[in-house]
Amino acid sequence: MRCVFADSLLQGYFDGELTGRRAAELERHLRHCDHCAAELVDLDLLHERLQLAQLYEPATASLRRKINARLHAIEPTTVASQPRFWHWLAAAAALLFVAIFLWGVGSGPRGDNYQAELAGEIVDAHVRSLQPGKMNGVASNDERVVAGWLEGRAMFAVPARNFTNKGFALEGGRVDVIEGHAVAVLVYERNGRPINVFIWPTRERDSAPHTGSRQNFRWVDWRKGKREFCAVSDVDPEDLERLHQLINSSA
Amino acid sequence: MNDFDAEDRLRFEQLVLPHIGAAFNLARWLLRSRADAEDVAQEALLRSYRFFRGFHGGDARAWLLQIVRNTCYTWLEKNRPMELSMEFDEELYPQTCATPETLAIAGDDRKRLTLALEMLPPRFREILVLRELEGCSYKEIAAITAIPIGTVMSSLSRARRQLYSALVNFPQGARP
Repeated sequence: MRCVFADSLLQGYFDGELTGRRAAELERHLRHCDHCAAELVDLDLLHERLQLAQLYEPATASLRRKINARLHAIEPTTVASQPRFWHWLAAAAALLFVAIFLWGVGSGPRGDNYQAELAGEIVDAHVRSLQPGKMNGVASNDERVVAGWLEGRAMFAVPARNFTNKGFALEGGRVDVIEGHAVAVLVYERNGRPINVFIWPTRERDSAPHTGSRQNFRWVDWRKGKREFCAVSDVDPEDLERLHQLINSSA
Repeated sequence: MNDFDAEDRLRFEQLVLPHIGAAFNLARWLLRSRADAEDVAQEALLRSYRFFRGFHGGDARAWLLQIVRNTCYTWLEKNRPMELSMEFDEELYPQTCATPETLAIAGDDRKRLTLALEMLPPRFREILVLRELEGCSYKEIAAITAIPIGTVMSSLSRARRQLYSALVNFPQGARP
């Protein structure tokens, strides 16, 4: 029988991650638990062995050179010594040019790279969430449980609503990381297919929905009440639009 | 994103570029290949550069490693989806008693440890690499892998046990 401490406090003790009080608690336990005492020796031997084997794989100088070269190929558009006025003027001129160009070719209003990159990241996160055993979050159809769980982690209020009676069952929530930002995710189910709704705070004004698709997944992105929402799924596009309306009228 | 100014670039060079080594090491272990890791590390560094404005200070290494990890998983899904569903078969590698003999350090132990680590599912492999090779704190591991700190402790425990079982039961023929 493994001791219950072996899976929790013992690891933290070995890694020096326990507070003084908890470390003292574990030390008292070690005095009369042969199992944990032996496991502590094993942990130490394994650690030593991993260190001796020098498993860390160093990056080659050629990789560093390649990365530097590719970064330098992306030239900064302005230099810091230029007056800010020129900076803004240049940016405004560039924007105007892009706007005219986009209007001219009739692309969607959100044709810029940043949005496309972000949508790509979100679709990737959706695909990752479909992998078995990857769900680190709360599984519940209780609005208050999901909202409370998310609020403690995402640092902003998340409108978790269950629309089971409209055919969109709330299944839970989790926190994902999209390019370095913690993003709240609400998970819905529609006819057996999952829908992830990614939510993060924004300073920008409310906006009408924009849609797009990538790899067989469709996304709808909109802003409401200083929050940006992006719903992703492979359900029927009309269903995604209905969920957007349901969330928007309740948010 | 091209509208970076020189100040941002300098900050990026000072804060993020020193961690290229950490980025490559994590990618190499997640992908189990130096060549693939070189490609994915480059892609992750370029992504981090584009998204650098979203970085508001704090732990730059953990921030970069999050991006590396996401890039690796996306790459695996596209190129080797089977690997992500792989689970360690604890039946196949039952827990056995540790003896000092089995843990005695062999002449060249690197190959055995490498193979044993590579046998673990990616989620356990990454947590061992972050803790044992990269020396990350639990807080950093939690941030990089997007799991709660309490789960870091229990995942590390399982990962260490699995590595241990794999080593103890490793067929002798696989020794270098």
